[in-house]
Amino acid sequence: MFAYYLQLGVRSLKRNPVLTALMVMAIGFGVAASMITYSVFRAVSGNPIPDKSSQLFVPQIDNWGPQQNEKGEPSGALSYIDAMAVMRAHQATRQTLLYPVMLSALPHDVNSIPVSINGYAVTGDFFSMFEVPFLYGNGWNANDDDRRAADVVLTEEFNQRMFGGANSVGREITLSGHDYRIVGVAKHWDPSPRFYAVWSDSAFQDPPDFYVLLNRMLDLKTDSSGRNSCRGNLTFTGWDEWLQSNCVWLMPWVELDTANDVARYHRFLEGYAADQQHVGRFAWPPNVRLRDVMAWLDQMNVVPPESRISMVVALCFFVICLVNTIGLLLAKFMRRAGEIGVRRALGATRREIYSQYLIEAAAVGLAGGGLGLLLTSIGMSGVGLLFNADIARLAHLDVSLVGLTLVVAILATVAAAFYPAWRAAQVQPAWQLKSN
Amino acid sequence: MQIHPILAALRRHKAGTLLIALQIALTLAIVCNALFIIHQRLAHISEPTGVDEPNLFVIENLWGEQYSTEEAAAKVQQDLATLRQLAGVADATQSNSYPLRGGGWDNFITMKPDQISPTTDSSIYLGDEHFLRTLGVKLIAGRDFHADEVQNMGLRQNFVPPVTIVSKALADKLYPNGDALGKPFYSMSDKPTTIIGIVDRLHRSDVSTWSVPFANESLVWPVRDAQPWGVFYIVRARPGQLDAAMREAPKALYAENRMRMISPKDGVQSFAQIRHLAFESDRGMAVLMSIICLVLLAITGAGIVGLTSFWVGQRRRQIGVRRALGATHRDILHYFLTENLLISLAGIAMGIFLAFGLNLWLVKQFSSQLLPLVYVLGGVVLLILLGQGAVFAPALRASRVSPVEATRPA
Repeated sequence: MFAYYLQLGVRSLKRNPVLTALMVMAIGFGVAASMITYSVFRAVSGNPIPDKSSQLFVPQIDNWGPQQNEKGEPSGALSYIDAMAVMRAHQATRQTLLYPVMLSALPHDVNSIPVSINGYAVTGDFFSMFEVPFLYGNGWNANDDDRRAADVVLTEEFNQRMFGGANSVGREITLSGHDYRIVGVAKHWDPSPRFYAVWSDSAFQDPPDFYVLLNRMLDLKTDSSGRNSCRGNLTFTGWDEWLQSNCVWLMPWVELDTANDVARYHRFLEGYAADQQHVGRFAWPPNVRLRDVMAWLDQMNVVPPESRISMVVALCFFVICLVNTIGLLLAKFMRRAGEIGVRRALGATRREIYSQYLIEAAAVGLAGGGLGLLLTSIGMSGVGLLFNADIARLAHLDVSLVGLTLVVAILATVAAAFYPAWRAAQVQPAWQLKSN
Repeated sequence: MQIHPILAALRRHKAGTLLIALQIALTLAIVCNALFIIHQRLAHISEPTGVDEPNLFVIENLWGEQYSTEEAAAKVQQDLATLRQLAGVADATQSNSYPLRGGGWDNFITMKPDQISPTTDSSIYLGDEHFLRTLGVKLIAGRDFHADEVQNMGLRQNFVPPVTIVSKALADKLYPNGDALGKPFYSMSDKPTTIIGIVDRLHRSDVSTWSVPFANESLVWPVRDAQPWGVFYIVRARPGQLDAAMREAPKALYAENRMRMISPKDGVQSFAQIRHLAFESDRGMAVLMSIICLVLLAITGAGIVGLTSFWVGQRRRQIGVRRALGATHRDILHYFLTENLLISLAGIAMGIFLAFGLNLWLVKQFSSQLLPLVYVLGGVVLLILLGQGAVFAPALRASRVSPVEATRPA
């Protein structure tokens, strides 16, 4: 019966090509607009580290006070003083501290032209707590942090450029005029959004080239290539005084496995802030936060407003297209009242009429989905015109999006057909036969 | 034209009427908000910077070795001399940033050294005695920097120079009576700095929404940026020689000292490229909203054509009867036009609420501005015209129905 109704549906669609084309286009455009904007939204709002996002937390401590903080919120990074204190206390299963750095590398030999490379100064736990996969070697450990070793981990991409992809573990590399020992090569790993550095860097950008030992970077007075934010009258006149200032620039992360651990760590932060108040460094009561990855991304407004607005507008557009489709289906079905009357008189039940017309609508939905898919794939190549290049490159048409496009188109059209099909099923056979 | 019979007829087509009205309501809500967004984004994109954009380009020069403050300052001086000697170059300067860079250094500004909540926020540009001339900004009061006023600033060397050149927007914010020249202010320091010059307009280095209340508020300090990592060179080409100068400049710099990094991808950017990049997402929004508006209007129009055609087909017999009873072509045409107008008005009444509802959501979520009434009025006119235009062809067909239809069975 299904196949027969489908056949009937297709035949009926052919009978009013203009009306059919109108419906197919409405569904196609509506679903395409929604899918294109959704694909971008999906890319920017996704969970970058799904299996651990609820165990990784950002400790925040307000060192600016209620008059200078961000509307009551502590800043998103720590000052050197607070960061070092939190790390020394070591109250979490794992913890890391990081900041972005830009260095130079000589790609061929000492006579070549240097290239700039971007990476992060991190502490040893970075690799294990964020589950960075390794191609060769490993990260370093807390002892190396304490030794302030000149260790570096290269990323697969950078290792490819520098060493042609060979196992470079154990070799020396000169970065910005200083020698480092390569202890590991990380496999391609580029969580997007780059949750661990969103306070300082753009959440969507090219993958980093290296991870270098944080203490070593501090010893070499390598400045952050990202954000630095200060309050009040600044009195520092050089690096060492700057470290002691209220400027925030270091991004801390802790791994806490149970709710108990989280509560305990929160108490630790409050205790630390209370101590600072006690010794007179803070003139305000403790104001601390401990957010996990998704809460943190939300707090940092990682999803660009453009992406949200355009998705909402596209969804409204789709709703209008559906309202339009309801009207057109109604017109189309009611035009065949006579035909329905004959079928009903010949013994078709209301249910049969109802399902016949829903199947016909599903055929429209399928055609609309097909057009929507075509428009989506055309639109995806033009996403670069609509969004920032860094964001546009993340959006792509994959199997799940293709499936979603078709399913949404068909389901939406069938839903739109509920009322028109019901009206068709209500047709009174006697009335229709009489007037004919 | 009698409205009563139209309403009576519509009562027999409740579903269709409601659907058209709903569609018009939703379309109005989307279209006037989209038009407002388009207008705002386009206004943002065309913000003037106050600099000589057609002839300017910027080189991001990163050092390949770590230099001390003195070394870096000397290298910068040497590079600038090299750039100024090029045939196609009119002048060159150095800075920590440039207008529309999309981020940079900004400081809180206060009128007193111990003031907690800031008076305003300003973009900070570090410049030498060539800065104003190179950028082509117009000095409207006071004087430019002297060469001997320019100090070097190295790694985290935070100081406030005794003299400052400010943009007119900043001067007016600090001294609303227009007497800013020669007056002091404080910039996150307990030492004051004196306004010695005012430039007409100098755009901030960021283009963010948070800085909208501080639009065009910027200042220039007589400082040579001697950071260990690098510096921006802003170069003004002679008229018509921008492309040549952009090719020559990095070559000349590398020839002088190869231990530098100028990205082959985006290390040298003309101001046109900078502007293009700065407003990428604004342009994208404007394009997307325009496309959605156009397709939406087309689909709504087509929907009205479709449903009205169906009604005309359904009512051929009634139209025939009316014609036979003496209604003219014009009467029938007016009937359908009026019917559509009534439905449109009902839809528009709903749509106005939806439009402001959507706008309130945008205001709440994204702190966008309140929708001005003129956009709603524009949307209303647009949709009435669309409705009348869409209904015209089916109505015309209806008016051509012959009176003889009255005698035929439906």
